[in-house]
Formats: sequence, structure tokens, C-alpha cells
Amino acid sequence: MDRNRLHNKVASMRRSLFDQGYLDDQFIQLEDLQDDTNPNFVQEVVTLFYNDSARLIQNIEQALNSRPIDFCKLDDYMHQFKGSSSSIGAKKVTNECTAFREYCNAENAEGCIRSFQQVKQEYAILKRKLEVYLQTVRQASQTA
Amino acid sequence: MEVAGEVLASESQLHVLAVDDSHVDRKVIEKLLKISSCKVTTVESGARALQFLGLDEEKGSLGFNGLKVNLIMTDYSMPGMTGYELLKKIKRSSAFREIPVVIMSSENILTRIDSCLEEGAEEFLVKPVKLSDVKRVMNDCIMRGETEGNKRRRVDKRKFEDDNHASSSSSSSIPSSPSSPLPSSPSTAATSSPLHSLKRAKLRDHN
Repeated sequence: MDRNRLHNKVASMRRSLFDQGYLDDQFIQLEDLQDDTNPNFVQEVVTLFYNDSARLIQNIEQALNSRPIDFCKLDDYMHQFKGSSSSIGAKKVTNECTAFREYCNAENAEGCIRSFQQVKQEYAILKRKLEVYLQTVRQASQTA
Repeated sequence: MEVAGEVLASESQLHVLAVDDSHVDRKVIEKLLKISSCKVTTVESGARALQFLGLDEEKGSLGFNGLKVNLIMTDYSMPGMTGYELLKKIKRSSAFREIPVVIMSSENILTRIDSCLEEGAEEFLVKPVKLSDVKRVMNDCIMRGETEGNKRRRVDKRKFEDDNHASSSSSSSIPSSPSSPLPSSPSTAATSSPLHSLKRAKLRDHN
């Protein structure tokens, strides 16, 4: 694909990520922080986010499977997850985390379990979209 | 823990110590500060922060790396020592109490904000932290060298701006509990409340 078409593709993917509410303003903050001294900044932050998220998802799974459920611990993990998703501008994921925490506060195990499915789903969708988007960005920047 | 590596640190650059247990947030705050021309050291915990400052019991109150810290920005919710506890330790130390401390938190809880400000925090930033937040903190840091008189006048001016701003503020993060009434007389600047509402204004300005 030639340079112009790639750049158009990047622009339209980016627009769609924002229009569909996957990303918010905070992602733009990250993009603005990327420069020649740190040309992979966004990718690096996002990678840290994936690593943190994988760990936290595992911790939350474990916590949800233990009996009795430690809602304090659950809330703590989810607070961390919400924090990092909010820091990268992952809007939908952050919202699902908020919903989860409400069930947690109410000590509603059923609600937590259901809500966590939503969190994981949104996270998986975002991760896939971001990977494709950032890969396209890389391709576009490498094309002469 | 990332230790400042340059041998010749510029004296005119602010050296900021950023404390956060989140990898993502450490990376972001580091970049925000570097872009704002600061030297940055990031650590992952309050304990590490105290070690870096040299506030270890073993080491006494002398910093071990010789690079003066001009500002501390710390997350509130951290395992082990919270940002609040770190703030208290710093403000209660004769060697480091003058260092301005800024608290960052994803949770906009009024009582939390109040206790941090009361314990001597310079500002309370609601996460996610943006470049405009960092720039404002930098400005405030630079202006810190002012005399008390100038500061009082600045507070009163901002209080006036705050009153005018409050009516048009539409931030959804404003806590719903009634805020304490602003004092009507500017001469009460000696109390914490005008500065308090100044900092609340900064909160409302966020977003």
C-alpha cells in the first residue's frame, strides 16, 4: 500500500477509535508526548499497560475464584486496573472497571463475576484494535 | 529505581522525584516532567522515595546522591506507604519539609484532598495527569520563592477569579457534598481556607 493510502488508513482508524469511544483525550496526551527523542513512546506505554493488565486480570480471576471472596483485595486490583486504563485513555475499559467496582462495593459476587466478563471483553477488543492501529502507524512511518 | 545519571546536572533545572507504584503512570509522569524541562527520578514506593532522599534511619538526613530534589510528586494510593504517609514523613523532617509535595490521585474524594492539603501538600492533582497540570505545578513551584505578602495578594486575586469561575464550571468531577463557604474578607488569607479554595479551583479547572 502506498504512503498516502497508509496515512489515510491510519487517520481513519484513529478517528474511529475516538468516535466509537474506545479512546479518549488522555490517549492524545500520550501522542503529544511522543517526539524524536522518544519515537516509540506511545507503543512503550501501551506495552506496559498490556503487561500490567495481564497480571491484574490474573489476580482478579484468582480473587474471584477464592471463597470467601475478598472484596477489598478485588477492589484494590480493579483500582489499579482502572488507573492504568485511564492513564492511557482506554475509555470503555475504564468505564467497565468503574461498573465492576460498584458491584465490589456492594459485595455482590454475581455482579462482580458478570461485570468482570465485560471488563475482559472490552480489554480484549481494545488490545486488538490498538495492536492493529499501532502496527499500521509503524508501517506508515516506515514507508518511503 | 532510576537514578539520575548525568554527571553535570544543570542547577537551573528543577529536579523532580516522582513516586508511583504503577509502571504506566511512572512512565507517563516521567515524560510529562522531561518535556517540561525537569530532571526526573522515578521510584515505585514511598520507602524508595525516602531512601533516595536519604531519610533512612540508617543514613540520617543526608541525601546520598547529592542532587537536590526541588519537588516531589507522589501517587496517593500505593501499597505499603501511601502518598499521604510519605507526605507526612517529609513534612515532619527538618531537612526536607521545605520541599513542595504534590499528591496525585485517581479518586476525587474531598476528605482525602482536605487531609493532604492540611498536611502541607502543595496541590492535589486528579489523575490522569495532563501536561497542563504539570505545567501549572511548575509555575507554582517557581513562584514559590515569593514573599508571603506577594503570595497573599496572589491568593486573593485567585480567590476572586475562583468566585467568578465557579459559576461557569461544568466539571462533572466536583464532589456533591457542599464545600465550605469562602470567607468574605480577603484579610482572612492567613487561614488555610482561601488557599484551600484556591486549590479546589485548581481541581475544578482540571478538565
